[in-house]
Amino acid sequence: MKKSVFIGALTAATLAAGVAGAATLDDVKARGELICGVNTGLVGFAAPDANGNWSGFDVAICQAVAGAVLGDPSKVKYVPTSGQTRFTALGSGEVDLLARNTTWTFSRDTDLKLQFTATNYYDGQGFMVRKDSGVTSAKELDGASICIQTGTTTELNLADYFKANNMSYQPITVDSNAEGEQQFLAGACDAYTTDASGLAATRAAFANPSDYVILPEIISKEPLAPAVRQGDDQWTDIVRWTVYALIAAEEYGVTSANIDELAKSTDNPEIKRLLGVEGDLGAMVGLDKDWAVNAIKANGNYGEIFAATIGEQTPIGLARGLNAQWTQGGLMYAPPFR
Amino acid sequence: MSDTHAQTVAYVRETMLPQQAAPTGQSGVIKWLRENLFSGWVNTLLTLAGLYVAYSFVMHFYPWFAHGVWDANSLKECRAIITDRYGAGATGACWAMIHERWHQFLFGFYPSELYWRPVLTFALLFVAVGPLMFQWVPKKVVWFTLVFPFLAVWLLWGGSVWAPLLVLAGFVLGWIVFSFVGKFGPIAGFSAGAIVTILYFLLAVGPLIDLFHSIIPLGIEHVDSAKFGGFLLAITLGVGGIAMSLPAGIILALGRQSDMPLVKGLSIIFIEFIRGVPLITLLFVASLLLNYFLPPGTNFDIILRVMILVTMFAAAYIAEVIRGGLAALPRGQYEAADALGLDYWKAQRLVILPQALKISIPGIVSTFIGMFKDTTLVVFVGLFDPLKGIPDFIRADFNWKGIYWEPFVFVGAIFFILNFAMSRYSMHLENRLQRDNH
Repeated sequence: MKKSVFIGALTAATLAAGVAGAATLDDVKARGELICGVNTGLVGFAAPDANGNWSGFDVAICQAVAGAVLGDPSKVKYVPTSGQTRFTALGSGEVDLLARNTTWTFSRDTDLKLQFTATNYYDGQGFMVRKDSGVTSAKELDGASICIQTGTTTELNLADYFKANNMSYQPITVDSNAEGEQQFLAGACDAYTTDASGLAATRAAFANPSDYVILPEIISKEPLAPAVRQGDDQWTDIVRWTVYALIAAEEYGVTSANIDELAKSTDNPEIKRLLGVEGDLGAMVGLDKDWAVNAIKANGNYGEIFAATIGEQTPIGLARGLNAQWTQGGLMYAPPFR
Repeated sequence: MSDTHAQTVAYVRETMLPQQAAPTGQSGVIKWLRENLFSGWVNTLLTLAGLYVAYSFVMHFYPWFAHGVWDANSLKECRAIITDRYGAGATGACWAMIHERWHQFLFGFYPSELYWRPVLTFALLFVAVGPLMFQWVPKKVVWFTLVFPFLAVWLLWGGSVWAPLLVLAGFVLGWIVFSFVGKFGPIAGFSAGAIVTILYFLLAVGPLIDLFHSIIPLGIEHVDSAKFGGFLLAITLGVGGIAMSLPAGIILALGRQSDMPLVKGLSIIFIEFIRGVPLITLLFVASLLLNYFLPPGTNFDIILRVMILVTMFAAAYIAEVIRGGLAALPRGQYEAADALGLDYWKAQRLVILPQALKISIPGIVSTFIGMFKDTTLVVFVGLFDPLKGIPDFIRADFNWKGIYWEPFVFVGAIFFILNFAMSRYSMHLENRLQRDNH
């Protein structure tokens, strides 16, 4: 069996060579399933429950895209990717879409040949310290020992920040978030640094959250965006505008609850175009008229997804902050649907 | 006679004294303690220091175990229960997480209604290895052993029943060709058998499976490799790797001893290359580099890729262990085999290998145990190993975020049981094969 699968795979490889380069949209439709690269487990963003069902902020993007393309948000196969394997998984065609809290950076966009679609979460790096240390600002961390995950952009940001502020620090490198928390709790380091979204969740899970404070400084820009392969513009457009559709839906007050009713009754031409009642935006990207309706129905609009997975009502308790609509002082701004 | 002593000795005792127990200081526990623990001031000091360390360990960890909570829905609830029962500041294990998620530690994302399939496979594994491991198992069972790999793959991954049957047919075909052509010499037979088998797999097996399946669609639900995780993954990789690496290792060891320069050279290059490269590098090759070599859209199963690389890795080590066994064999054994007129394969099969393998048993089992534990490294290529992959995603559920030691204890205990069993079996095997003549 082993041998045959191997040889079978080689045969399949030669056959597949012929169709390589075909549009991702056609592949996904033919397969009837979207293959989505997600995190192997990150609180609020992607986590399987006891029955193996995935949920979270990133997972909701996968489901929205599956809704837009296939009309069924459950038709997703989740491929957990580690920090090391995520870009290869995308580049080699193992996944169609990478929704894995990945920071949009220059070199990833250009050198790694990725196409970042639209920022769905603006994160930034922060610090957490023990309350009794008396530290109230990151500027007071000169000489501190800091727990930091290796091989991440946070490690580089930390070095940049301390250099720019002419301070020194002693890095205590850890392999994972769980290990970092353990080291920090055991007193191996004075401060723990990671993305602010992760810090909030970490602090909330401590036995005594009130003994720890998150410092106000955010020392880096971490725009997290779903990524696709470079060279398939149609697929890039589909993912990008699916994210925008979720954001726009919140702006126009379209929710998973009122969407059917709005589609019938609304007079707002923008909503009509978004929901496919007027015009035919879907056809321009090779999708059905009601692509956006299906995307929004998956888990609701951007605000609903945020509130259900990482918002203030959840234990993670993240405020909207930069991720509020532009009308509310945030950065979420969808271009017009016309 | 009796007069002799009457003059020389004033008193002769004529009755035996009853035996007395040794003095308390010279017997039993006290004697043992004095001899082994307090025989001098250095040993006394070391004993006391050791006792103190043991005491501190127990005092530190015992409460944590004793306060363990089995029934809760989140870490928060666990903490509340422990505080409730043992007062503020008490620490305790939150086994409730294991209680809720144990099935994911064992099976990963394998569909729960199909758990019987891996369990049945695991049970049948013992039947299959029975005739190889224990003498009291009827020898006929070995036929089941030969069929088991196909049965196991079919049970675990599911799919059409024709796939394993037709693949098995391929091997039978190869064997028939081998035994026919083998009359003209073993090399010719082996080559012809291999070529026919490979051609069959390349050209015939895929269409045949489709054909048979379209005529009689028999099969069980297919389970994707992505659903494998936890100990199901570790044991699948471990058993597959062990089963394939032992023969591969033997061939490599013989190849390295060979007189043919090409065979010898290739064996040495393979062994030294694999031993010179860390396993993680090979795993990354399996998961990442192969993706670039193979055309996009190729679905070359990740578990199979990893299993092949793990097998290659273990085979190189096994080869060196067996080479040690071959080298330990007295020269006379080789010469005796030659003197009996045995050809190379018969000499190896009947005289050399049985002895060399027996000598190598501890080393081989060590390599197997090491390899089984190394399967946890697959976490780095995005597979859910039981030690880190599974706990990491469980921690991603906010209910269990912040839990740290419990999964390590649980998974460590299971690994210990499996590895200790392997180690005991190897000692049993050594005893059984004990001969006194050399």
